[in-house]
Amino acid sequence: MDMNWAVIYQNLPLFMGGVRMTLTISFMALLVSIPIGTVAGLMRVARSRPLRAVAAVYVEFFRGVPLLVLLIWIFFVLGRFMRLGPYWSAITGLGIFSGAFVAEIVRAGIQSVPRGQSEAARASGMTYFQMMRYVVLPQALRKVLPPMASQFIILIKDSSLVSVISIVDLSMVAKNLVATTFRSIEIWTFTALLYFCITYGLSQVIALCERKFRMDH
Amino acid sequence: MDTNSGDVMVSIRGVSKHFGHLEVLRNVSVDVPRSTVFGFIGPSGAGKSTLVRTVNALEDIDSGEIWVDGVSVHAPGTNLNRLRTEIGLVSQSFNLYPHLKVLDNITLAPIKVKGRPKAEAEERARALLASLGLGDKAEVYPTRLSGGQQQRVAIARALAMEPRLMIFDEPTSALDPELIKEVLDAIRGLAQTGITMLLVTHEMHFAREICDRIVFMAGGEILESAPPEEFFAHPRTQRAREFLSAMLDR
Ligand SMILES: Nc1ncnc2c1ncn2[C@@H]1O[C@H](COP(=O)(O)OP(=O)(O)OP(=O)(O)O)[C@@H](O)[C@H]1O
Ligand SMILES: [Mg+2]
Repeated sequence: MDMNWAVIYQNLPLFMGGVRMTLTISFMALLVSIPIGTVAGLMRVARSRPLRAVAAVYVEFFRGVPLLVLLIWIFFVLGRFMRLGPYWSAITGLGIFSGAFVAEIVRAGIQSVPRGQSEAARASGMTYFQMMRYVVLPQALRKVLPPMASQFIILIKDSSLVSVISIVDLSMVAKNLVATTFRSIEIWTFTALLYFCITYGLSQVIALCERKFRMDH
Repeated sequence: MDTNSGDVMVSIRGVSKHFGHLEVLRNVSVDVPRSTVFGFIGPSGAGKSTLVRTVNALEDIDSGEIWVDGVSVHAPGTNLNRLRTEIGLVSQSFNLYPHLKVLDNITLAPIKVKGRPKAEAEERARALLASLGLGDKAEVYPTRLSGGQQQRVAIARALAMEPRLMIFDEPTSALDPELIKEVLDAIRGLAQTGITMLLVTHEMHFAREICDRIVFMAGGEILESAPPEEFFAHPRTQRAREFLSAMLDR
């Protein structure tokens, strides 16, 4: 097979621009999805029925819509009314979408803390807020890290869909280069490698956090 | 009726409770005088745990009334968080906080709930640990302790709030036989300090030794209430006789 890896080398600045965009969009979406997901997850275990219902609707709806459709909808419908532009449409779409999954992870984390823990806290006179803050959430956090890591990796990979609303991220750079150079094998191989480096780096960082938060050391 | 009288610590009046269709407590009444130890015994499912847990409102009630030191526990305006700081609870499954060291397990509520200065709370925690034979365990995580040690830490954690009432719900039933004694010794020491205690237990000899009164429950009702010598020597009901012969043969 005829291979020409020079195409990678010659277009390195373009690739790096794509990587930068992918990282920025993913990171911003992460910043959106963590608070939204945490609040929604807390609401799902709240005592108030209306709060639980609102959170359930959020989770079910955004889990149930394909990200591609959501991105396009936000860009063309919401984005037009709110003048979001592609960049902020992408961040909003990815953030809200990922937030629904984060919410489920947070809920599962809270529910994995044994009942006896919250009971001991309440029996000592703590308010609901104190019980969450000092007893339940610190334990939930440790259980939540591994699934959170997977979720963030999925987020980075999902971010490749933002090219449909004309964001020049890593996958868009690759597509454009293939269109002009016809070197699809080299370009897609290198692109896959770049995605892998990003996600692997992230999982290493999270593994480090996990070690730091281990309970019995 | 003088439910606020100074010498009654816990007054349970006509309390009933259902879980769905199951009647778990039926018109239960009992007065626990200050500085006494009341032992609650009876077959599994009798409602002992449910009853003692209504005292700090971990369980609510359908009807009746419960007073703790003059406060009506289930009245709408009652500040439950405030009341619970006065009531220590030690249950079968120690429920220590696994993410906190022993010392922090003990000082968490005194600092956050009662607003005690950290240094003072830690000093008191260390003194409690020492008195329970755990002086060297302050900086250890609970998972590193044996069951008996964990339960003694749980006792220290409850005592750190300086409660007026202690509730023990089968404090030794999750422990290996060789670890039971150290926990019973701790409870015995506590009983001698004159704190009021409600003790649910299957340790008949221990109940006989430290309780001022034995309350025998079955099927959600109190069938007998008598001083231990009397109850163990001459149980009045057939149900209690059966229960005792089954327990003491073990
Ligand atoms: N949360 C609950 N929901 C439904 N039923 C319950 C609940 N808690 C307890 N029960 C039932 O209420 C009855 C009394 O339970 P309780 O735990 O008070 O008994 P107990 O005397 O403490 O028994 P044991 O010696 O086994 O601890 C039992 O039949 C039990 O199955
Ligand atoms: Mg019980």
